Amino acid sequence: MTTTPQTRPDKAAVKGADRTDVTPGGVGDSPSRPDGILKVTGEFSYSSDMWLDDMLWGYTLRSPHPFALIKSIDISEALATAGVFAVLTSEDVPGENFYGLEHADQPVLAKDIVRYQGEPIALVAADHPEIARRAAEKITVEFVVLAPVVDAEVAIGHKPWNPPAESVDAGVDGQVPHLHPNGNLVRHLKLRRGEQDATADVVITGEYEVGMQDQAFLGPESGLAVPDEEGGVDLYVATQWLHVDQRQVCAALGLPPEQVRLTLAGVGGAFGGREDLSMHVHGCMLALRTGKPIKMVYNRLESFFGHVHRHPAKLYYEYGAERSGKLVYARVRMYLDGGAYASSTPAVVGNAGTMGLGPYVIPHVTVDAYGTYSNNPPCGAMRGFGSVQTAFAYEAQMDKLAAELGLDPVAIRQMNALEEGAQVPTGQVIDSAAPVVELLERLKAMPLPSTESDQLDLRRMPGGVSNTTHGEGVKRGVGYAVAYKNVAFSEGFDDYSTARVRLEVSGGDPIVTVHTAAAEVGQGLVTIEQQICRTELGVDSVVVHPKDTSVGSGGSTSASRQTYMTGGAVRHVCGKVRDRVLVLAEASLGRTVSDLRLENGSVVSRSEGVLASIEQVLGDEVVEETDEWRHRPTHGLDPETGQGFAHVQFAFAAHRAVVDVDVELGLVKVVELACAQDVGKAMNPQAVVGQIQGGSAQGMGLALMEEIVIRDGKILNPSFTDYLIPTILDTPPMPIEVLEYADPNAPYGLRGVGEAPTISSGPAIMSAIRAATGLDLTRAPVRPEHITRT
Amino acid sequence: MEFLTPTSMQEALEAKSAHPDAKPILGGTDVMVELNFDRCRPATLLDLTRIPELAEWGRDNGSIKLGAGVSYTRVIAELADQLPGLAMASRTVGSPQIRNRGTVGGNLGAASPAGDSHPALLAADAEIELRSVNGLRRLPATEFYTGVKRHAGRDDELITAVHITPPSGPQQFCKIGTRNAMVISVSAFSIALHPDRSEVRTGIGSAAPTPRRAVDAETWLAAALEANGLWESRGALPEGLAREFAGLVAAAASPIDDVRGTAAYRLHSLSVMARRSLGWVWNDYASGQEH
Repeated sequence: MTTTPQTRPDKAAVKGADRTDVTPGGVGDSPSRPDGILKVTGEFSYSSDMWLDDMLWGYTLRSPHPFALIKSIDISEALATAGVFAVLTSEDVPGENFYGLEHADQPVLAKDIVRYQGEPIALVAADHPEIARRAAEKITVEFVVLAPVVDAEVAIGHKPWNPPAESVDAGVDGQVPHLHPNGNLVRHLKLRRGEQDATADVVITGEYEVGMQDQAFLGPESGLAVPDEEGGVDLYVATQWLHVDQRQVCAALGLPPEQVRLTLAGVGGAFGGREDLSMHVHGCMLALRTGKPIKMVYNRLESFFGHVHRHPAKLYYEYGAERSGKLVYARVRMYLDGGAYASSTPAVVGNAGTMGLGPYVIPHVTVDAYGTYSNNPPCGAMRGFGSVQTAFAYEAQMDKLAAELGLDPVAIRQMNALEEGAQVPTGQVIDSAAPVVELLERLKAMPLPSTESDQLDLRRMPGGVSNTTHGEGVKRGVGYAVAYKNVAFSEGFDDYSTARVRLEVSGGDPIVTVHTAAAEVGQGLVTIEQQICRTELGVDSVVVHPKDTSVGSGGSTSASRQTYMTGGAVRHVCGKVRDRVLVLAEASLGRTVSDLRLENGSVVSRSEGVLASIEQVLGDEVVEETDEWRHRPTHGLDPETGQGFAHVQFAFAAHRAVVDVDVELGLVKVVELACAQDVGKAMNPQAVVGQIQGGSAQGMGLALMEEIVIRDGKILNPSFTDYLIPTILDTPPMPIEVLEYADPNAPYGLRGVGEAPTISSGPAIMSAIRAATGLDLTRAPVRPEHITRT
Repeated sequence: MEFLTPTSMQEALEAKSAHPDAKPILGGTDVMVELNFDRCRPATLLDLTRIPELAEWGRDNGSIKLGAGVSYTRVIAELADQLPGLAMASRTVGSPQIRNRGTVGGNLGAASPAGDSHPALLAADAEIELRSVNGLRRLPATEFYTGVKRHAGRDDELITAVHITPPSGPQQFCKIGTRNAMVISVSAFSIALHPDRSEVRTGIGSAAPTPRRAVDAETWLAAALEANGLWESRGALPEGLAREFAGLVAAAASPIDDVRGTAAYRLHSLSVMARRSLGWVWNDYASGQEH
């Protein structure tokens, strides 16, 4: 893979930092990750590697049925198995038997009813994982199997829509069982802006569908729960938000936070799939019952049932436009199937509904976004969070409109593009850079990859070395798409992060310890924390304290928010530490100096130069500060109109995909996937490029192959044999241009990076395949038979 | 579970005779998955990795004798000239790590309709060597596959080698997967021209309960080539011939719908692969490249 990371200081960095003034290893540099060598040499300890000599193994008995009543559970034979220490059911849950990120609607262990295939019913602890598994097989559960609710629209009594009608909003059809006491509707977001009966010269309609994507993190759910002597427990677990886990675990165990301490174990990828609890409560219940440490590790099969997935979506879009190509109105109805439990469905609906028209100006807007319950696997957070699904629809609409009017697809996007100062459909004014026009311009200016090839190289062909074409049937297509994503938590959420920073002298040298609870999931936050401390305190040696709940919440590692939020908190607290050091410096100097700063391990004055080393100033003094830091407040949306200042920041990225399609066989080779993204400030340019590459590949996977296939509520492909993710041979060269238009509201001017590339890469590929084949292709992932129509 | 580790062929055959239910294991790329996911829990595993002759290949009476334990990586590196179809098929197996461990013998033992080597073995008229303490027999590949994941080997027999006559004409192998590497086939096709005996052989994968030949297509094509004097002239194929052949190949399949693809797509893709690969082998033949 050839990658061309580029920054354009000539234009984009005008508002950014001065690159000549980068502290080595500080902000704007690309120092190595503190865990990098361990990871590439295989020495890093992931959560599944943890071991205590006296530990037991926990195992979860799960429902084979998507929807059934539980008449009885008989654990006697399992309990009598040699080597088994405990068998627990819902009756053994010490506290509340419900948990959930937004609604506590999910049982720790199923009682009376199961609502999805794989729902946990009972737990076993044994001295060997195989004994635990076999004992679980001896638990007899008597079910009454029910017909599952498997369609989001049906679940809330809707018929496929066209044209829009408010009346279908009335509620649940009496025929469909209510899966939860308040019915099957989790959230309905209404967006109303401008004239609701607007008309236009040109009308473009489309129905789009997006399949259920899996996060496919490589490290399966795992953790170690260690009981203390006093009725409490220490849980070491791979997660994305220690404190929200702690809150839910405490409620389920009926224990106060002091007795439930969480420490982040090595996380092997997350992508949203670790926002919900997995083995957390289960492991702690078994540990408290047996008095022994409990290790739980899901295998790959179980993992497919052990975490939430990306919501599959059904999207109905109608756009009206002038003959010039200017958009006039949008009428949109979207259904996101949340599966059996709510998880983060309300927030996903919030994003899909408010971001679902893309980065385009549309004066008259009607959006109805529905999140529903069903008996499909629970869906929740995944990178791109509601924006990914809708981008497939809004970008297909833009292509369709361009084709209808005979306009260039890039030109029509630029004609309608959001820009700084524009109002988005929620009425919010974009108050920092929105360089949609420029992102597209830069992509268009990049040279296209050659179509020439001297010699047949199967690896460059659709189908690869499977040798299905030597050029026959291959057509090239080019497509563009733009991502538009809110950064951090929206709609009035009190979103904050906590940092503790300590500066002291150790072995004669100053050393900083930075302590946050913000989860490192592979994205490189640990490196960013070090970089910020180096820049702010002028100290090279920065230790990242293990992430745990002995410091305040770092908030969720999601929503592209941690560099912004925990980075912001670390910078804020570094400032407090620096202020105290400078006070000490002035005390030791015996005078006031107006322009002191910390640099290169010294207290420096701009006018007088180096005045003292930090170790001279500090002596035995330990300077430690802890504080919370918040982004500017947002507000909830008006329930009838969806208007309001709901989002902190918007991220923009754009992709140009070049594909070769074997139109006879329906096989696709992505030739090149170029990306331009505005990151405000490239805190760690190498890590930024890594995020863009990874996000682009993950979005590509959804366009081409990644789908959890469900039939009658059951997963048909819970393995990496049949749930396919891109390999290196599927992954094309990715020319990348990184722009740095500082956001004045954000620390260092940065913009969250992680999600945007995941949003536009897939739609750009779909667009390119449409260009190559001339087909509509309204469903992602596109399968060969969609292209061959067989 | 008992784990037997014979170090000679004789020991291995005796072990298999004494433990007819023993599951032979070579690279473990299939058996270990079955074990880990609890799809099979044999009382006895028979490890064949310590038997030197299984990991060898050589000439035997003019044909290649490929030991059951030779890895795909070695087939690709050492036998691409002599067994081109099988080498092309081997190249599509899994990942580099899988190809380092996995073996043609293991593929035969699993006898999955989706096994990558089978179409190439069928097209090459391979013979499967089965041995027991009572002796050795060689079974044509066509008679080897008896059902989904079932083969004609007896409980006291081990699959010890594959015998393949080096080709007198070009061979091709193609496979459909929904990503460009490391994928189980949705459908697969192999073709071999045997100009020395004016015959055509084919193999179809993932499109019937067992790997199978498209016998009618082979017979029809060989006759058409004969009738037009093309074996001798090596001239261009007549218009429509490849398409007719492709139709006959598809007609020989009886695929199902599953999570990897639809039956209709399997038939369609088989016919496209048949048409294209016939063009490729004929081009090679016409231009005098033997393979």
